[in-house]
Parts: sequence; C-alpha cells; structure tokens
Amino acid sequence: MFVIRRLLALAGVLIVSSFLVFAAMYAAPGSPENFLVQGRTVSPDVLAAIREQYSLDDPFLVRFWNWITNVLHGDFGQSLSNRQDVGELLANRLPTTLMLVSLAAVIIVILGIGLGIIAGTRDGVVDKIIILGSNLGFAIPTFFAALILMSVFSVGLGWFPVFGSGDGFLDRIWHLTLPAFALALPSAAVVARITRTAIREERDSEHSAMARARGVPGGLVLRRHVIRNSMLPVSTIVGVHVAGLIAGSFVVEYAFTLDGLGTLLVGAVQRKDFAVVQAIAIILVAAFGIINLLVDLFYASIDPRVRLGLGA
Amino acid sequence: MSTQILPTHTRPAAPPLARFLVALYERMGVLGLIAIGIVLLVVLGAVLAPGIAPYDPTVGSVTQRYTGMTAEHLLGTDQAGRDIFSRLLWGARSSLAGPLIVVGVTAVFGNLIALVSVWWGGLVDSLLSRVLDLLFAFPNLLLAVLAIAVFGPSLTTAALALSIAYIPYTARVIRSTALRERNLPYVQSPQLQGISGAVITVRHLLPNIAPLIVTGATINFGFAMIELAALSFLGLGVQPPAADWGLMVSNGQQSLLKGYPAESLLAGLCIVLTVASLGYIGEKLGGRAAAGRKA
Amino acid sequence: MLSITDLSLTLAGKHADLAILRSVTLAVATGEAVGLVGESGSGKSMTLRSILHMAPVNATVTGQILLDGLDVLSLRGEDLRRMRSRDVSMIAQNPHAVLNPVLPVERYLVEGMHDAQGLATRLARVRAGELLEQVGIDEVDRVLRSYPHQLSGGMLQRVVIAGAIAGKPRLLLADEPTTALDVTTQAEVCAILDECRRELGMAMLFVTHDLDLAAAVCDRINVMKDGEIVETGVPEQLRDDPQHPYTRALMASRPAGIGWTRRGGTV
Repeated sequence: MFVIRRLLALAGVLIVSSFLVFAAMYAAPGSPENFLVQGRTVSPDVLAAIREQYSLDDPFLVRFWNWITNVLHGDFGQSLSNRQDVGELLANRLPTTLMLVSLAAVIIVILGIGLGIIAGTRDGVVDKIIILGSNLGFAIPTFFAALILMSVFSVGLGWFPVFGSGDGFLDRIWHLTLPAFALALPSAAVVARITRTAIREERDSEHSAMARARGVPGGLVLRRHVIRNSMLPVSTIVGVHVAGLIAGSFVVEYAFTLDGLGTLLVGAVQRKDFAVVQAIAIILVAAFGIINLLVDLFYASIDPRVRLGLGA
Repeated sequence: MSTQILPTHTRPAAPPLARFLVALYERMGVLGLIAIGIVLLVVLGAVLAPGIAPYDPTVGSVTQRYTGMTAEHLLGTDQAGRDIFSRLLWGARSSLAGPLIVVGVTAVFGNLIALVSVWWGGLVDSLLSRVLDLLFAFPNLLLAVLAIAVFGPSLTTAALALSIAYIPYTARVIRSTALRERNLPYVQSPQLQGISGAVITVRHLLPNIAPLIVTGATINFGFAMIELAALSFLGLGVQPPAADWGLMVSNGQQSLLKGYPAESLLAGLCIVLTVASLGYIGEKLGGRAAAGRKA
Repeated sequence: MLSITDLSLTLAGKHADLAILRSVTLAVATGEAVGLVGESGSGKSMTLRSILHMAPVNATVTGQILLDGLDVLSLRGEDLRRMRSRDVSMIAQNPHAVLNPVLPVERYLVEGMHDAQGLATRLARVRAGELLEQVGIDEVDRVLRSYPHQLSGGMLQRVVIAGAIAGKPRLLLADEPTTALDVTTQAEVCAILDECRRELGMAMLFVTHDLDLAAAVCDRINVMKDGEIVETGVPEQLRDDPQHPYTRALMASRPAGIGWTRRGGTV
C-alpha cells in the first residue's frame, strides 16, 4: 500500500520533472538547428530538412508527447552533436558511474559508521581526533580531495592509475578506488559525526542504562541496545548521502576523467547537446527518487514503530 | 543598602572591546575564535583585494612562470605567470559573492514560503509543499547544471540555480518549526485579539525562529561555497581568466601533476579553511539555539 | 539486609561541585518495605540508583552500602553484574523509556533471564509467559509479541515488574513506579507490585513523593530533603507525631479526608 503510493508519487514527479526539463531545453536561447549547422551558412532548404529530420516544427506539446513516449519505449533519441543513439551512449557510460557510486557508498558505510562507532564508544583522544577529522573532512570539496589523492597515491607513490576507468571488473575497481574515496570523503565525515552523536545518545538512554542495571553484559548492551538503535537515525542520513553521490559523481568523474554519466553530462552541457542532457537528467532524477524510496522502505523495515504505523 | 540594588554584571572592569572578546571566547571557545578570525581575514582580503593585491590577477608574464615563492611573488606564480597571491585575494571575491547570493535568495524565499504556508495553511500550504517536493526530486548540482545548460555558464546562473535547489531545505525546516510555534499561546492570543496575520508573523513569529534562520544560513553558505567551486571546477561557473578558488584548483591540476602544487593546493586550502570555519561557527550558534529551545 | 551508611554523592560541576546526597543512612530488613519520601530533587532516586552503580559519570560517591554483608560500592566487573542480575532489581518511573523501543516485549523478558541470569533461552520463553500471568496479564501471547509503543503505560509497567521479579531477587528498588501512569491504573499496578513482593518475600525500597502512597505500601518511611534523611518512622508515627518541620509541612499539604489504608484495614 505504502509502496504503491510512493511509486505512484515517484512516477508523477518523474513526469512533471521531465516536462519541466523538456520545456526548459525548448525555451533555451539559441535554436537547435543553428547549433546543428554550427555557424555555417546553409540554404533555407537544408535548414528545413534539418527541422524536418528532428521534427522541430511540431508544436511543443506534440514534441514532448513524442519524446516521452519514446523514452518509455527505451528510445532516448539521437545526440545532436554526433548523431549517436543516446540510449547507447548512456548504456556505455552507466557502468562506470554505477560502480563509482556503489564503491563510494560502501566506503561511506564502513568508514563513516565505523569511525562514528569508535568515536561514540571511546572517550578522550581518539574521540577528539575523529571529531576534528570529521569537521575538516566535511569541508574538503570532492574535487580537491580528488587532486590530493591523485597527486599522492598515483603520481607520488604510483599505487593507483592517474586517469581512466579500466577494463574488466577488478581493473575497474582498482581504477575507481581513489575516485570513490574522494567522492565518499565529505559524506563519510558527516555520517561519522551523526553516528557518534546517535551512539552517545543511545548510550546515555534509560533503556541501555536499565539493561546494564539488570546485569546484561556490557558487550551485549552495546551491540543490542546502543549500536542497533543508533543505526535508525544513521540509516536515513546514509541514504540521503548515497542519493547525493549521484550529483557529486559528476565532479569526481571530471577530475579523474572517468567515462561516466557525469562527464557525459558536463560535455553535453558545454556543447548544448540537449538530447543527451535531458536524457541524463531524467535518469538521474529517477535514480535519486528510487534510492530515496529504498531508504524509506529500509527504515520502515528496521523500526517497528514505523512499520506498524503503516498497517494502521 | 543601595549597593545591593546594583546588578553584579555592571562592575566596570574591562573596556568594551575586551569584554566583547571575553564574551565571544566564552561562547565560542578557542577554535571558535580562530574560525571567526579566518572568516574575517577572508572577508577582509576580498574587500581590500583591489587595493592590496600586488598584481593584476588576470595578466601574467611568460617569463615569470612557476617562479616559486620569491620576494616579488609571495606565493609564486601559475603556469601563465600570474601572481598566485593576487589571484587568491581576487578569488575570495567571487568565492564569497556566489554563496552570498545563494544564502540571500534562499533565506528570503525559503522563509517567505515557509511562513506563508504556515500562516495560510490549507490549499496554499499543500500547493507549496508539492512544489517543494518537486524541487527535492532534483539533486542540487543537477539542478544547477541544467540551469547552466539553458542559460549558459556564469557565476550568477550557477548561484541562482543553487538557490532554487536550497530553498526547499530551508523552507521545510522553518515551516515545521513555525508550525509548532504557531500553536503556542504567544502567537495564538494576539490572533484572538484580531491582530493581522502578517503583523503577528513579523513581530512575534519571526524573532522566535531567527536563531534557526541564522544557523541555517551559515551552514548553507559553506555548502554553497563548495558546490559553486565545484561548478567552476567543471567549467560551468566562473569563467577564465577570472580568479576564483574553484577555478584555480581546476586550473592548477596540470601544474600539480607536473610538480608545481602551489596554485591548486592554496586555493583548495582557502576553500577548506573557510568552509570548516563557517561550519564550526554555525554549529556553535546552532548548539546555542538548540539548547535555548530545550529549556 | 540492606544498610546504607553515610552515603554522599557529589556532582562535579563546571564552576562548583553540587552535593546531591549528604551522608544518607538507612536500613531495610529482610522482607521489609521501606519508603523514601521527598520532593523532586531531594535525592531519593539518586540514592536508589547508587545501589546499582547507576550514578552519573561525573559523580563522586562515598560511604558504604552493604547488601547482606556484601560491600556493594566496591563491586566491579562480573561481581557487579552478578549482583545486578541476581540480588537486586529496579522498577523505574517510565516503563516506555525502560524497554528498548525496537525490540518486542518477549525479548525484554528473555534478555533479563537468559543474557543476565543465564537461563536457557527456551526455558526463559516459557517463564516469560508465566511471569506475565503472574502480574495479571490476560493476553499473554499478544503482549509478548507487542512492541513497547503498542502497550499502555500500566500494561508495560506490569511487564517491567514481571522482569524485575523473574530472578527472585532479595531486594526490589521501586523508583516512583506509578507516577507516570494513569490515575486509574496506579492503584492496580501498586497492588500487583505489593502482592508479588509479599509472595516472594522480597524486601523493597520504595521511592515516591506521595506520602499517602508510601504509607499504604511501606512498613517504615524515611523522609528526605535536600539530600538528607530528616526523619524516619512507621507511617502512624509520622502522621500523629511528626518531629521534623518538613514532615509536618508534608503532612499538612495532603488533601484532607483521606484515611490511610494498610494491610486491609483503615489506620
């Protein structure tokens, strides 16, 4: 019930936002055929042919309708700059971005939650260092982190390749490790911070104090009551940040010249290749929505108060 | 017995400036003072750049490439022979101006939307909520990149687009707080007396949520600085040859790989220090606001 | 069986230390119910919590607490854990805060018996049901499967009582066990607590701000003010001949016309 309602809402958001994106591109200054002829002087006949080929003379709503129905059939149209099939372009670029984001998500979970738990359960120097690191880590832009990591580990130590995405699964992971770290760093810092606070709150909570007072062993109290319960707020934050990686990936891909969706998008924007821009925009909005939905579902599945609230 | 009437805090101990600093120290701590110092330094550098920058930030000299730190070029030069110190100073201007636009626009519209939907409620509220939901569907940077695709790359476009992306966050936080406050007696009773909604909102509601607004703005400023720098890094924000920290990090990438790290490193550090300082200040302010709320 | 001597507790503050308890001395005999009455902030809860080592981290505790000759304050590690799981149980004010909100009631009871007291899980499950019946819960299975937020405060406090008596401890610590409940269920929960205690012959230290309630439940009452015990006596004595001005004030502030009922008869 809840899932269906959320999926319908997501579909609605996707339709409206694709309309907005399409309309924005339509209204953009500079007509597409001028871009296509790239400043050359051409006869009106050729212009008319181009307009015919790309159906530029149809009314706006008709064009939107054609576009959206094609998209629903998996046809994203043709790139204006090199006439390639946009769907194919995306399919080629998708694996890199997907892998980069997944790796970064894993790093956020392990590093962010791990350090947060350590800082939350330990007082003194360790805690202070992690807090300070988190404060700084949050302020480091991904592109700057990318540069630093690149110059230290690729150029300096030679452990990792400088550019490119690699071929094959393991080679890809090797190529994407530094980018993923750069991408994950600020989010991991925030997650560590939030985890620490959540752990401390739960540690001081009445139910953990009472569990200890009932003679439940300390390790069990920590695992069952403190860490488990603190993961409720943390999971939402992790979800928000993983969804946010989608946009952050543009910057890191660009810094490491990876062949992902982000670099494709930035290039398309610079070339005003709107067919590509709108396709990527829709896919990213969809991915963003789906990740957010999954996070909410996950949250509902681990917190009985939410889960049972739905049934009522 | 008149001595007893004197409140204790009026003892004439220190001059006002010293008292202010002590109060500031008690509120913010050592790190807080350092953070405030860094932000003031950056602001000062940005304001005074035209006067104190030793060189034109956009003009270089082929004979002066990669000089390293010298008496003429305090922080060295970049691959085009431009003075890095001057570029950092001028870069502070666009690096601060962009976020300033974002924070200003976001604060005005975010709060306006929040207060209007809380005060009118009903249809207005749900309509505005739908619009915000729609904006939430776009990751911030994506929205900015799309706007730049339409209007062409520039700092103004990037900043305005980011503002639109930030509005829903501000609006949502302020809306939920204002909603809670609205039902409290201090807001309810003037309404019963027939005082108009706008007057109550401005006179009673706004001052009570002001700390939250200030904290939110401080934190937004840091976010905006990073994301605008990222757009400039992508070539979609501030355009060369202008000086901008994000652009300088990107511009210095090749030099860095060739073994001349100064440009990227220093510009990056400027961003990190400014954002970290703002974050720390915002957190201290937020902590105060939150503590005041709990009591 | 429990004797507290010269118990003092000081909280380290930023500017000055704060004395919460000043040389508290009291005793509870085997099977006896002793009340600890005072206004909020008088230190009565802190006295209870000190017995289980639940004082805040910034507190300094001095004095002696003996439990059948065992020096409670010096207990550490496994010895402390054994004392907490076998000898003393506590019932706190707000049952909704005591149970972990994301675990069902059964886990709460089984945890106490299995993880703390070492009973086999299977046996602990069976026993959990029996205990709930013992505290007057009808729909045992439904309650066992429920999460804390699905149950009323009165129901949940019965669960907590069931958990507290599970290990048949010698001493029950009750910290305002009915204050957070509906007025209608207060009497019921109090009666259940009293009944279980008598059946199992447990001693009880009962903290409340309500002198009438203490008089109804306890054999002896300590009146506490500003971290000190100002007067001790049996309920009738406190009523008829209060010595300390504070006790007199407490007596005077009670609503008029309420008789003290104890052990079935009006006193």
